[in-house]
Amino acid sequence: MTLLLAAFDPPYWLSTLIKVVVVSAVVPTTALILGMVFLFKIMSWMQSRLGPQEAGPRGTLQLLADGVKFLQKEDISPNGADRWVFKVAPLVVLMSTLLLYVALPTSMRLVVADLDVGVFFVLAVSSLSVIGVLMAGWASANKYSLMGALRAAGQLIAYELPMVLAVVGVIIQAGTMSLNGIVFAQADGSIFGWGGIGFPYILTQFVGFFIFIAAVQAELTQPPFDMPVAESEIVSGYQVEYTGFRFLIFFLAEFATAFAFAAIAAVLFLGGWAVPWLPTSSDWYYVLGPIVLFAKVMVVAFIIFWVRFTYPRFREDQLQSLAWKVLIPLALLNIVVTAVFKVVL
Amino acid sequence: MTAVSDPQSVAALAAEAVDNRVNLDFETEGMTLNMGPQHPATHGTLRIIARLDGEQVISAEPMCGYMHRGYEKLTEVRTYPQINALINRIDWLGSFANEVPFILAAEKLMGVEAPPRAQWIRTILFEMSRIANISLFLGDFGLQLGGMTALFYAFRDREWVLNQIESATGGRFHPNFDRIGGLKDDLPKGWIESSHTAMDKLLAFCDEIEDLLVGNEIFQARTRGIGVIPAEIALSYGLSGANLRASGVDWDLRRDNCPPGLVYDKADWKVWTHPDGDCFARTWVRLQETREAAKIVKQLLDTIPSGPVMAKVPRIIKVPEGEAYVATENPLGEMGYYVVSKGDLVPFRVKIRSASFNNISVVPWVARGAYVPDLISILGSLYFILGDIDR
Repeated sequence: MTLLLAAFDPPYWLSTLIKVVVVSAVVPTTALILGMVFLFKIMSWMQSRLGPQEAGPRGTLQLLADGVKFLQKEDISPNGADRWVFKVAPLVVLMSTLLLYVALPTSMRLVVADLDVGVFFVLAVSSLSVIGVLMAGWASANKYSLMGALRAAGQLIAYELPMVLAVVGVIIQAGTMSLNGIVFAQADGSIFGWGGIGFPYILTQFVGFFIFIAAVQAELTQPPFDMPVAESEIVSGYQVEYTGFRFLIFFLAEFATAFAFAAIAAVLFLGGWAVPWLPTSSDWYYVLGPIVLFAKVMVVAFIIFWVRFTYPRFREDQLQSLAWKVLIPLALLNIVVTAVFKVVL
Repeated sequence: MTAVSDPQSVAALAAEAVDNRVNLDFETEGMTLNMGPQHPATHGTLRIIARLDGEQVISAEPMCGYMHRGYEKLTEVRTYPQINALINRIDWLGSFANEVPFILAAEKLMGVEAPPRAQWIRTILFEMSRIANISLFLGDFGLQLGGMTALFYAFRDREWVLNQIESATGGRFHPNFDRIGGLKDDLPKGWIESSHTAMDKLLAFCDEIEDLLVGNEIFQARTRGIGVIPAEIALSYGLSGANLRASGVDWDLRRDNCPPGLVYDKADWKVWTHPDGDCFARTWVRLQETREAAKIVKQLLDTIPSGPVMAKVPRIIKVPEGEAYVATENPLGEMGYYVVSKGDLVPFRVKIRSASFNNISVVPWVARGAYVPDLISILGSLYFILGDIDR
């Protein structure tokens, strides 16, 4: 079967169609998986409660039931709202998420578009979501929404920088900005001449990994960086006026983005879809690649959600000073050290 | 320390603190934000009218009364045992503690004293309701600051206390167990041993919360130096309970002015104070108080005397003419009942002094110059129960 897949070379229109269908199917699926596994099961396990039990075997279909419930709800837009902007805003947020999946490699050829500047593209489109958030907050004509949106804008801008700078170390080490190229560089690398497990960059770029995960938390507006949606003070911020499927889209976008960022972290720092002892040219990766990447994503997502369920949230100014005074200098230092070693070794 | 009795010095102190706290360097167009009556941070139906400059609070005014149930008026048409069931609903998280000061006031008027065993059990249940109340605060304050997990741990371990209260009194939240002259029933079999187990679980829970929440760096960043209430201000606004002790005032009615009928002097315990007066101090004092309460319960369980739990009182209770005020140190602070009797089946007038009403009166002072997230820290750490504010 793997050989069949390797020989499969569809015409342009068919490959485009397949890509569109696959991406639009994968995005909600990943959100569902993360929501079910982490938001329901792992969270209730960490908080010593049972979690959903009734819908489906051991409550696994609860999120589907919730999704159907959201679809049944009335689509309300507030009286004073800028109706057009209000309705488009969730789609802008979702679009940014969909674009993230375009550059995500699940094996050598199983990728929608293998861009030469994949890292750059991913980081660029991920910050598009802030436009949707600002639109949602402004158009809702609600004070809580407005405060949430402005907090989100400030936070996303502040954390975009450490995120980019954290990745620069990896780019220097790999010598390429292509996500597949980074996977190859890690799989073919060696630690002091020993190539047993390749060279996952987390071994040298652990500072970058830490900064990247922290910035991802902030981009996703998850605790401890969830000031923009703090439900105990500004009542979910920019989402406060949304109902029904538009709220569902925000929810989908949040969790699908979490999955995409976890996948990017897995590609950049954990070796992506490659496993040791199996050369990257192997045809087995048509089947194995997505599975391996999924396993690594779950590991990274566990870290992200573990932090989410444990920590209280920072205040907005503390959050800004963490980004500008700690993470950015640390990331710059990391770049300098990486560059020095790159030149010396 | 300035004299508290001097209103001018207090006013000057307040003005000075307020001027320093509000930062008007980046003054923008103001915005009025109505927090509540339906808002997750207000535990019910408190409304806070906050005047904001950006994220900075220029003034915050609490509006209460959305849940007013007219208890003081209702007491005038109910007999004393009926009132007992009513006032359970004032502070609904530590219900038994509401009954005790009222019953003690009635006992004082009638000149009855409960037998020693009843006094012991009263004190034990009083402290258990304190634990039930404050352990939920420790989790809930975490939720206010975004740490959701602590709340579920608090709910889980509060069950231990609620189960004990239920097995002794029959009611998980509203025991209605205290009677004029004693208690409704004696303790069930094996209750003392199971209470020891429950208190051990609660002490372990306090350690867990200290690890998870109070010791957390983000939690400390959110609470240390936030919402500082100096001792003079705390006293002048009539704060009581842990809010007052967190401002460094060593004042506890259980030790300083314990009414007859409660046996706090029979246990060895400590009143904790904290000099800072900020949100962290209030949390920390409450955490220590929960531990002390568990210790008091454990000691009293060991020394509980035998005997009847009910003194001889007439079947139909008529309280002789007179006035009495009895206040106890409830989970939220000083709670007192001023009972005026005309020798009738029902009291002529009952004034309820509940702690939360006075505790939130300091919000306009302390919230000035704070940021909106700090307002949540302040409200959370002042810890009010809506039923205790509005009655």
